[in-house]
Amino acid sequence: MLTALVFAPTAVAVLLLALPGRTPVQAVRALWVATAAAELGLVIAVWAGYETGGGIQYEVRARWIPNAGVGYHVGVDGLSLPLLALTCVLFLACAVYALRDRHRFREFAALFLFLQTTCLGLFVSLDLILFFVFFDLSIVAMYFVIAGWGHGDAKRAALKFFLYTFIGSLALLLGFIGLYLAASPHTFDIVDLTRQNPLAGRGTYAGLVLLAIGLGLAVKTPTVPFHTWLPPAHTEAPAAGSAILAGVLLKMGTYGFLRIAMPLLPDAWRRYALVLVVIGVVSVLYGALVALAQTDFKRMVAYTSVNHMGYIVLAVGAAAATTDTSAQARSLAVTGSVTQMVSHGLITGALFLLAGVLHDRARSYDMGAYGGLAAPAPVFAALTGVAAFASLGLPGFSGFIAEFQIFTGALGPRPLATALSVLGILLTAGLFLRALRQLLMGPVRLPDTPGTPRAFTDLRAHESAAVVPLLALAVVLGVAPRFLLDVIEPASRTVLELLAR
Amino acid sequence: MSPVLWALVALPVTCGALLLAGGRTLDRWAPAAAVAVAIASLGLAVTAAVRHPAVEAPLLDGLPVRLGVDGLSGVLVVTVTAVTLAVLLFSTAEFAADEARARFFGLMLLFAGSMLVTVTATTLPTLLMGWEVMGATSWALIGYWWREPVRTAAAQTAFLVTRTADLGLYLAAGAALAAAPGPLSLDTLDDTGEPWLSFVTAGILLAAFGKSAQLPFSFWLSRAMQGPSPVSALLHSATMVVAGAYLLLRTGALLDASGWGADTAAWVGAATAVALGLVAVAQSDLKQLLAASTCAQIGFMVLAAGVGASTGGALQLMAHAAAKSLLFMVAGAWLTSWGTQRLTELRGVARFRRSVGVICTVGALSLAGLPPLSLWAAKDVLLAGALEDGGGLYAVGLGAAVLSAVYSVKILWYVWRPMPAGAVERRRRMPASGVEQRHPIPASAVHQRHPVPTSAVEQRRPIPAGAVPPLALLALACAALTPLAFPPVRDTLTDYLGQGPEPEPHAGEFAVSGLVALVAAALAWAWPWGGRTLVPPWTRRLCREWLRLERAAHVLIVSPALGLARAAAAFDDRVLDRAVNASGVGALVLARWTNRFVEGAVDGAVEGLATATRRLGRWARRPQTGQLHQYLAQAVAAFSVIAVVLVLVR
Repeated sequence: MLTALVFAPTAVAVLLLALPGRTPVQAVRALWVATAAAELGLVIAVWAGYETGGGIQYEVRARWIPNAGVGYHVGVDGLSLPLLALTCVLFLACAVYALRDRHRFREFAALFLFLQTTCLGLFVSLDLILFFVFFDLSIVAMYFVIAGWGHGDAKRAALKFFLYTFIGSLALLLGFIGLYLAASPHTFDIVDLTRQNPLAGRGTYAGLVLLAIGLGLAVKTPTVPFHTWLPPAHTEAPAAGSAILAGVLLKMGTYGFLRIAMPLLPDAWRRYALVLVVIGVVSVLYGALVALAQTDFKRMVAYTSVNHMGYIVLAVGAAAATTDTSAQARSLAVTGSVTQMVSHGLITGALFLLAGVLHDRARSYDMGAYGGLAAPAPVFAALTGVAAFASLGLPGFSGFIAEFQIFTGALGPRPLATALSVLGILLTAGLFLRALRQLLMGPVRLPDTPGTPRAFTDLRAHESAAVVPLLALAVVLGVAPRFLLDVIEPASRTVLELLAR
Repeated sequence: MSPVLWALVALPVTCGALLLAGGRTLDRWAPAAAVAVAIASLGLAVTAAVRHPAVEAPLLDGLPVRLGVDGLSGVLVVTVTAVTLAVLLFSTAEFAADEARARFFGLMLLFAGSMLVTVTATTLPTLLMGWEVMGATSWALIGYWWREPVRTAAAQTAFLVTRTADLGLYLAAGAALAAAPGPLSLDTLDDTGEPWLSFVTAGILLAAFGKSAQLPFSFWLSRAMQGPSPVSALLHSATMVVAGAYLLLRTGALLDASGWGADTAAWVGAATAVALGLVAVAQSDLKQLLAASTCAQIGFMVLAAGVGASTGGALQLMAHAAAKSLLFMVAGAWLTSWGTQRLTELRGVARFRRSVGVICTVGALSLAGLPPLSLWAAKDVLLAGALEDGGGLYAVGLGAAVLSAVYSVKILWYVWRPMPAGAVERRRRMPASGVEQRHPIPASAVHQRHPVPTSAVEQRRPIPAGAVPPLALLALACAALTPLAFPPVRDTLTDYLGQGPEPEPHAGEFAVSGLVALVAAALAWAWPWGGRTLVPPWTRRLCREWLRLERAAHVLIVSPALGLARAAAAFDDRVLDRAVNASGVGALVLARWTNRFVEGAVDGAVEGLATATRRLGRWARRPQTGQLHQYLAQAVAAFSVIAVVLVLVR
């Protein structure tokens, strides 16, 4: 089941590329949307068959490179299932959003389908090398998306993205090899390594392995100061690419913390948790402050991603404090961090798609060049407003559920850090309100770049169809989050038990 | 039991959201639908207040959503739904037909729903959810006329200030959870152990002061007056701004347990009542005056919460809601029919439509604290608590009551004094009155511009007949609430609130405060407003500009934050990003250097080896001449050498 889920998009991608060149673009569109929808259906089926609190399920284990201790081992649990679902939702939204694109459409669709395989594959991997392979392949696919379909200085941004995250992945590989060598018998299998806990009591060695893994994941997340690849990559990427990059690819880093770093290196994690807390707080405040100073809408949203990912890092760091903290608080922090991954994917995905509309209509993201868009484009304005309030953590949206859990869970163990990072939601409120006021309100103003049409047309049907479901899901999660939390909570308790060993 | 409470909160929220989603296509139906929902909500609220239902639904791990109606909540839900109904009825008559009515009524319902969640929440997370959504809807309502930048800026200020204070609730929730696991019930917060107890108290106080526009947050309410008048009538008089006072009344046990929270609340409330009372006296704009007086009157409620006078606080809350929403709606009606809210330009307006004038007078006299209207009696019930706490607080409270009388009568003085001949003509010729232009406030643009919606100015029209009945009902409430402050009804109310016995005012206190208010009102009526005053100009200016609180916030918080943001962005671009790029460039330089030097050396060595080998080969070819005699000679030479070597080695 999982194997089909992961590799079906690539199979369709190959099919797409094998089709004769005369194939009408409508057929390609239909095939892409149908595949993405089928994937979503599959993941819903997986969710329906998933037994909450039942540990790893749908497990498949096959020999791959037995000499090196590498196996094809996949499965889902409460940490990965929400992210699988998020991935399928976002890819479907992107497929719908891109319905009217024409530029080398077949290749674009094939690349996205391949990218979907890498993302799904990463979240189901239970083997470090498998994880690493998908991690790297996702970087490769995203490189081509940005370089091939981006705008502005896309080649340079793509190269920077690729090199930076690739170096990160090398650090990750180094850490994985460190784990492999420490285990006996040598293995890359995550489940076996979790059981063995090979680095228990090996101070410096464990610290170095954690450093390597942490570095690799921190680049991908990204946390300050390893985030500078993110703004250019987002600004130059096509809208769908940005949505996937922010919505799914960033989660690979934070997911890695929960899936690999915490269960496999509990001792080292507990010892160096303070470092993560500090990095988390710095990311929260620094990301929000830099976002506040931006004039480019897309760049601003990109920096708020740094801010939002910072809450996750803060939460996983704070959850490591075992003394004088209630189990409830720590569970809230970890559950909140997984919820934040899902929530940020939905909301920021929607924001990037909406930013894409700005570029599509008037070829600019410069907020100063716009004004009063609520008059010509009321639907666009309403959705942007809703997405902004969702992103600043208003109750009733998923962001609040995530951030409230993180704050309440983390305040006990780390009062100062959490009190500081609460300021982050004030800063994001300020910057989003300013952006809304600049873009949507006041007298109408449009960029005066040559070649742009004078009118700013409202959202087209396919654009609304891509954005509205994302925001609707954010509302559903904000009002009735139990169906998601029921899946996450047992898994976060498991992580905490493994961490407390 | 439970369906009533769920319906009470879900009905306005759902209908509001539907109206908003429907957009302009629903404009025609929006007023009727909203009024119907408001009527239904009022019915549900009364039912809930009688039956005291409680409901629960799971939300987070160990933190469920819990709603419940007890005495205090019962008072609040009825007040909120009643005022909502009055305001919506008024808006239906008053709002121009071409406005985006679905958006307006949808937001009002959404607001009312979140306010109902706030006052029925029995756990901190639930309260926080309603609390923050209230703030967001208030942003959307203040910025309702979004084409005008001054209004959207005001909305932004209001939301950011209240959200700053809301952070207190986040911290309080975290601290309470750190101290003890649990559902974070509001009524068990006082069991929190130190040091978390102080943390929780501080967070609650911060949030309450911000939402209720107490010192030092008061200035946002001044900016909030940029919203439509019905919005001010609902949000900024009767509901949202009293949420802070409500929270403090609700968490009275926590304030007592902390040891310092109760006194802080009492004194901040008293200080706000006096300081913002002075600000109100100095205003020359009707809505600004009302806004400042709202802060001051809520100051009394906060004071009541601080001294544990729940009954007095609840009475003040209800009586003030009636009087103030009435006054805001009257101000709005005059604004649309006269195109101004400046007191000097409103001279004599009460004479034109006597019914509205009389209604306004009832509201203003209640606000002034004159017997036999309800705010007079309510104030004495809560001041009895202050008197028990100490004479100082009581004296400050009486001082604030004097100010109430003065600013209320100031309104009446202007609206009843006959208009000087030719004033109408003069007003038409001069767009703004000179006094205010001389003292512009850069930070808050409020006093500089005409805060008049263009649509309203163009459509100057008489006050619609449909707008009067809801006003009359509120005026009636101003008088009808008075008996609640006297036994035996008051004792019933105290029992209903269930907060235990409370200090009771003597008849003498009622007489003293009534007399003080009467004297102050009479003096204020006799005072030649608009003429010369004894107060030094800088004091007047300070008060008129709301104590320059907004400028202080800009200088102390906003500007440094923006500066820090710019510095961080510059650091990001110039240092971090450049370092990353430089390391990329460094790699390239290293590659070129390697290419030129290391590669040259290695390649040179290889080339040299090849050359040497070639040369060796060339030498090796030289003996191969193909001539037999030379080979023979070489052989002889070689054998000779071998022979010599053999001889030597042996």
